[in-house]
Amino acid sequence: MKIKKEKSYSLIAPGHTACVGCGMIVALTMAVNTLGDKTIVCGATGCSEVTTTKYPASVFRVPYIHSLFENPAPVATGVLAMLKRKKQDDVNVVVHGGDGFFFDIGLALNSGAWTRGDNILYICYDNEAYMNTGAQSSGSTPIGSYTMTTPATSFSTGNLLHKKDLPAIALAHGLPYVATATVGDLSDFREKVKKAAAIKGPRYIQVYSTCAPGWNVEACNAIKVAKLAQETGLYPVFEYVNGRLSSVMKVPNETPRVERFLELQGRFRHLGNNEEGKKIIKRMQKQADENIERFGLR
Amino acid sequence: MKKCIEGSEAVASAVANCQPDVVASYPITPQTHIVEYLAWLKNSHRADFEFIQADSEFAAASIVQGAAAAGGRTYTATSAQGLLLMMEVVYATAGLRLPVVMTLANRAVSAPINIWNDQQDAMAMRDAGWMMLFAEDNQAAVDLHIIAYRMAEELRVPAVVNMDGFILTHTVEPVDVPSKNQIRQFLPRYKAAKNTILDVNHPVTLGAFVTPEHYQEFRQELQQDLLAAEGLFIKENKKFKQVFGREYKSVEYYGAKKPEAVIISFGSVVGTIKDTVDELNSTLREPSAFTSVSADKHGDKRERINQGDKQGDRGVGVVNVVMFRPFPKKEIGEVLNGCEKIAIIEKDIAFGSTGGLDLEVKAALYGKSSAEIKSYSMGLGGRDITKEEIRVIFEKMLK
Ligand SMILES: Cc1ncc(C[n+]2csc(CCOP(=O)(O)OP(=O)(O)O)c2C)c(N)n1
Ligand SMILES: [Mg+2]
Repeated sequence: MKIKKEKSYSLIAPGHTACVGCGMIVALTMAVNTLGDKTIVCGATGCSEVTTTKYPASVFRVPYIHSLFENPAPVATGVLAMLKRKKQDDVNVVVHGGDGFFFDIGLALNSGAWTRGDNILYICYDNEAYMNTGAQSSGSTPIGSYTMTTPATSFSTGNLLHKKDLPAIALAHGLPYVATATVGDLSDFREKVKKAAAIKGPRYIQVYSTCAPGWNVEACNAIKVAKLAQETGLYPVFEYVNGRLSSVMKVPNETPRVERFLELQGRFRHLGNNEEGKKIIKRMQKQADENIERFGLR
Repeated sequence: MKKCIEGSEAVASAVANCQPDVVASYPITPQTHIVEYLAWLKNSHRADFEFIQADSEFAAASIVQGAAAAGGRTYTATSAQGLLLMMEVVYATAGLRLPVVMTLANRAVSAPINIWNDQQDAMAMRDAGWMMLFAEDNQAAVDLHIIAYRMAEELRVPAVVNMDGFILTHTVEPVDVPSKNQIRQFLPRYKAAKNTILDVNHPVTLGAFVTPEHYQEFRQELQQDLLAAEGLFIKENKKFKQVFGREYKSVEYYGAKKPEAVIISFGSVVGTIKDTVDELNSTLREPSAFTSVSADKHGDKRERINQGDKQGDRGVGVVNVVMFRPFPKKEIGEVLNGCEKIAIIEKDIAFGSTGGLDLEVKAALYGKSSAEIKSYSMGLGGRDITKEEIRVIFEKMLK
């Protein structure tokens, strides 16, 4: 038998230690393979780093550097400066990490790099909490969510704060490309990575990535729950090119109610327990409806 | 050729002549003149490097880290609060084994806020895994940067050159800034070893997640390579002398041949101590003065040490610690051999303990010396250390 040359060669080698049902590892693999081997990845601390580079192994078949939680953007600035010296202008430089990195601890440093206009593709694996440290709330955690630092009790309904609108913050920096996606539609994510790769300047993609243990979701529902986030309007999927809304993923005509999305996840289970919780569910439905209106998702 | 220029300009010119690829920084007094001058050199096409004004010191340190990880020769400079903000990156740069070179224009740390010179900031990074050199004057500041690049690139260990804020950075004195061509004879073009940098043709992972099975080995290796800097400094200074006609020792001694009392210090205050040493030695060597100071309980011992010596060999001296990391234990021991009275003057304090230099000297002399060692943390926040104060310290030792 003739052995065919492996067609399915992946730039992400086997051996990661991510959980079953991890959305991040799927998105990461797709992103790197879409960008190709002329890519340098600067990663933040978090699940995307810990599950991929356990010494002496590494899943990355492209150059990868991890320095700290908050600084991959300025590290990438330095990498870019050297690529310029070496006249290598055909290399994709990627900064990736979790929502804790993007929404909170790295925000100022990313803002600096966005302002400098560094030619970097930023990919945020948004699992809506600090998952690598065991699910504490971040600036991305949605209202109502149970996290270890916003535990629901008989006196509390979980997180009381709204999710930060990071795409709007990115847009306020004048980024030429800002998009959201979910692991519920990977081909959409892939197309966005492809499109972003062809644009020069700072580009931001925020991909909604299920965290099975952190959200208390059955691994078999990992993709379904991400799809429902989009279909309910809770997680609007859109694309801004040069500051203009250029495309959106429509919600189905029979738009599912937010309960359909919530009921699959342990992190929202307590909301049904009391009046406060039910009020939050109402607020979430209102938020979803407003998103549909704001981005024209119908 | 010597030129009368400001310390910051001298260091900036020397760094530019080392031909770095990437310079990144953030403003903080008293470091600012250095990077302003570098920006001017670049914008007037007198030097060719990428200059990035960062959005914070944290970013500046990360930018040079990234550039070094991609194979570049890099430079940054900061002071006090800037260094403290950088600190997490400072540790990671050493851990990633990147040959970044930094100037620390030494300044007091907040609170209370104070922009003047001391060396508390330097002590904050002493355990980070960097080589640490201290300049006594602006010529040393210039030369130590050139040596720092050579050693950092050889050992893959970052290096910081400390120069006292204002006292050196803002002082105009005659300095010889070596030309690019001269420097090239000592410091070759930097070429990072294969598989140690980010290169799409040879993909490697830098900064992996390391479990207890392997972590300690990484740290041990850093320690070994950092310790190797002690020998390398001696070796490189032989070459340095051939090219530039000057040389440095990790521990330098100035004063009487057989000193009765020695002050150990570092940085620019060494100059003031040298002056005091000269003055004291000229008085001490008047026969009457000398006998009067030696009439104390250590007199006998000192007589023995000095037996057969010429009167002119006696007196006091000063030890200048040029290399603080790695700490040159052996050299310190050799230089202080036989001296029974030692004082340490330093512009820093290890709160809850003593001074940073004091800790090192005592550890280095443990089991080798029975000397009495006095420790003085002084001159904090820019307060002058005067010759008078130094003289009093010597006199107390000699009593
Ligand atoms: C300065 C600093 N603070 C805290 C941590 C601890 N820490 C490591 S990973 C992490 C959570 C990461 O969360 P996120 O960025 O959302 O990524 P995720 O693991 O959820 O994918 C935290 C808090 C750290 N490494 N560095
Ligand atoms: Mg997260």
